[in-house]
Amino acid sequence: MVEWGNGMEFRKKRKLIEGLAFGVIRLSTVIICLALAIMLGFILLYGYKAITWTFLTQPPTEAMTKGGIFPAIVGTFYLTLGAIVVAFPLGVASAIYLSEYARQGRLVRFIRLGINNLAGVPSVVFGLFGLGLFVVFLGFGSSILSGSLTLGFLILPVIIGTSEEALKAVPQTYREASLALGGTKWQTIYKVVLPAALPGILTGSILGIGRAAGETAPIMFTAAAFYTPKLPSSVFDEVMALPYHIYVLATAGTHIEETRHLQYGTALVLIALVLGINLVAIIIRTKIRRKQTY
Amino acid sequence: MNPMSNNIKMATENMSFYYGDFRAIDNITLGFRENYVTALIGPSGCGKSTYIRTLNRMNDIIPGTRVEGKVLLDGENIYASSVDVVEIRKRVGMVFQKPNPFPKTIFNDVAYGLRLKGIKNRSELQDRVEASLKAAAIWDEVKDRLNKSALSLSGGQQQRLCIARALAIEPEVLLMDEPASALDPIATQKIEELITELKKNYTIIIVTHNMQQAARVSDITAFFYMGKLIEVNTTEKMFTRPSKKQTEDYITGRFG
Repeated sequence: MVEWGNGMEFRKKRKLIEGLAFGVIRLSTVIICLALAIMLGFILLYGYKAITWTFLTQPPTEAMTKGGIFPAIVGTFYLTLGAIVVAFPLGVASAIYLSEYARQGRLVRFIRLGINNLAGVPSVVFGLFGLGLFVVFLGFGSSILSGSLTLGFLILPVIIGTSEEALKAVPQTYREASLALGGTKWQTIYKVVLPAALPGILTGSILGIGRAAGETAPIMFTAAAFYTPKLPSSVFDEVMALPYHIYVLATAGTHIEETRHLQYGTALVLIALVLGINLVAIIIRTKIRRKQTY
Repeated sequence: MNPMSNNIKMATENMSFYYGDFRAIDNITLGFRENYVTALIGPSGCGKSTYIRTLNRMNDIIPGTRVEGKVLLDGENIYASSVDVVEIRKRVGMVFQKPNPFPKTIFNDVAYGLRLKGIKNRSELQDRVEASLKAAAIWDEVKDRLNKSALSLSGGQQQRLCIARALAIEPEVLLMDEPASALDPIATQKIEELITELKKNYTIIIVTHNMQQAARVSDITAFFYMGKLIEVNTTEKMFTRPSKKQTEDYITGRFG
């Protein structure tokens, strides 16, 4: 037995426990990084051969075993952009209402509960909801519009949640200062609170973009075409999309094995596209942060 | 009770204030003379901060609070339903306990209230920002860095910037809620000198924890205890011959 609180034995044991605890924490981090690295490495290793100029700029040919994925790149770009255009103003406006205007009571708690539950709804359910409401009932058909709206609703909880956190993090003293100078509530929100919260709000949008670009199930019923070589000319057109294209090539084609490298290539392009859009958002965020240096 | 009779700029009449069921201010009647500095003193939790925040309706933003009685500005009740609270706050400026500049440039910080008033003309903005910074005795320190962040200033400079910002919209009354409590002695001295300078043009009401500060800067002192106004008198009398025992005990440091 070790006697507590005295002697070498105790100190050794304490050191051992500390080493063990930090070891476990470090190992967890390493495992996560490793998983990410392996995944990216795999996709890069198998996909980079597929990346050619033709692949990036041409439509698929020969029953999608050759050619490129240009229509799918364009489609995913439009769908993601559309989702943000739908979800950003709606989400930020709801967050402003919930955190700045609404009286904190049972109703707001109930709304928040609803939003949190919305975040937990499986994406395929959103797909069916979009099919029912936008495609069929409102008659938008399978189109960029239907897909963007569906994806927009999917990422709405993320944007509302992060925006609300960002608004709450704005010091109350800023609001008081503005009100004391004769600012109305709206002037205070618009000129002081929103600019201060914007970096945090953009973080939510970045997360939303990643999610919208990568989802397959919500666009399967609402926007994505199995194959269409022509580019969309209006928001009512059907488009190809990268995640759905991967799914199609990997499950529904007649040449699943031969198109393996195309699947990896498409995945690589999807990841690059998401990172690219995120990068733009991050640059904007950094610019805003620099403007309000502390 | 009320030693002042003429030129009462602001006053409360039988004013009580409630946080829910808790009465934080108990039936206070008190007047503030124009171009005087009135200091509100009292131990922590006595209601002096709550009181001063009723004078520009800053407590409106705290849910579950209510006011009874009247708060008069030039004889008009600012809590009357016909009154626009935004207009009141333009006439009754406020400086807070902790300096709270916006994360904007020094220029834009001071111009904020002017822009709210709808002033867009660049040269007018510049003139008035400069005048306000001069009035707050900080112009010389910031004139070469107006486009730097207000948050790059020291605490004392930030507080004078906040005073400049409050002065910019030309209020009639200036409320100061422990304006020097977060500052070092030198910055505090600067603020105190400034207050003496400002009373020529403004009616000033200042909450302070610091007895010497009240004695140095104010003409009239009011002593608050447990949400009640215990005594109000000229500062000189208050600190030499207070009429109430509680006041004397507090001033001489026997409690609080």
